[in-house]
Amino acid sequence: MNGEINGSLNMIGYGLAAIGPGVGIGLIFAAYINGVARQPEARGVLQGIAILGFALAEALAIIGIGLAFVLG
Amino acid sequence: MHRAGDGDALHLVNVAQAAEGEEFHAPGPGDFEFPPLFGDGTFFTKPMLIIVLGTLAIAGLFYLASRRAALVPAKAQFIGESVYGFVRNGIVADSIGREGRKFVPLLTTMFVFIAVMNLAGIIPVLQLPATSKIAIPLFLALISWGVFNYVGIRRHGFIGYFKNMMFPPGLPKLIYVLLAPLELFSTVIIRPITLTLRLTLNMFAGHLVLLLTILGGEYLLIEKGGVLAVASVVPFAFSIILTFFEAFVQVLQAYVFVLLSALYIAGALADEH
Repeated sequence: MNGEINGSLNMIGYGLAAIGPGVGIGLIFAAYINGVARQPEARGVLQGIAILGFALAEALAIIGIGLAFVLG
Repeated sequence: MHRAGDGDALHLVNVAQAAEGEEFHAPGPGDFEFPPLFGDGTFFTKPMLIIVLGTLAIAGLFYLASRRAALVPAKAQFIGESVYGFVRNGIVADSIGREGRKFVPLLTTMFVFIAVMNLAGIIPVLQLPATSKIAIPLFLALISWGVFNYVGIRRHGFIGYFKNMMFPPGLPKLIYVLLAPLELFSTVIIRPITLTLRLTLNMFAGHLVLLLTILGGEYLLIEKGGVLAVASVVPFAFSIILTFFEAFVQVLQAYVFVLLSALYIAGALADEH
């Protein structure tokens, strides 16, 4: 045992790539919570928009994990 | 130059490790390859079995729901109507509006099919989201792609549809040089790809995480034993929490797929922006 680490650097790359979408999704839901707190009756409208934004931001992280496996 | 000694030493190390217990193999893409269920040469695999069972379950549910439809709904009819009502009022009414009525059956079918295929990932014994195989989301995305392009072309005519998409009015002329190819690329090529990848890889990654926690716990409990067996409580507890989280994600992804399909149809039907 001499401290060897096996694996793919792609996974570290994926970890870095997930920072962006992570922050983005956080901002989206922060805005959603803010909106609902200010205007509780707008929840129904805001929910659809928030989940749409979440899906679009998440697509980047998802493409990242796809590439991490495909290029591995 | 060949040195026999090295090989022997390696062999001894391997034997020593085998005596300690098998090494932990992290789950990977290989866990999504399934052999045919009925021996070599046949083609029927586990994901196919899940599709068949899921389709039968959905058909059965909606048959029960629509048979003897009454003004005061019974249990099955209530379930069917709430799913249909959710897609109609929660997704289509907000995005497409009144003329979206005729798309509700298609979108409801899509929603229920995707939700059931996803939820197969947490149903005991099956425990594989069929949508983690890329072929299924790909075909669903192609259906969605075909539908929104078809209704768009039917509404605006072939040239009108692409003109509407690529040249939204009210912008400086120079912008169109950039905007037109981008819009075309994103609508015709990127949309079906992201629909496919979003669903596939969400299920893929979710299934991998569940595999990791459960196999990790099993490894600590059975292969390592002793003090480490106590530590297996942690991965097992996480696997239970993550199973509930997965159930949420699986329904959410079905919702997202249908919501995006509805928005694409709405965009294709919309008059000039």
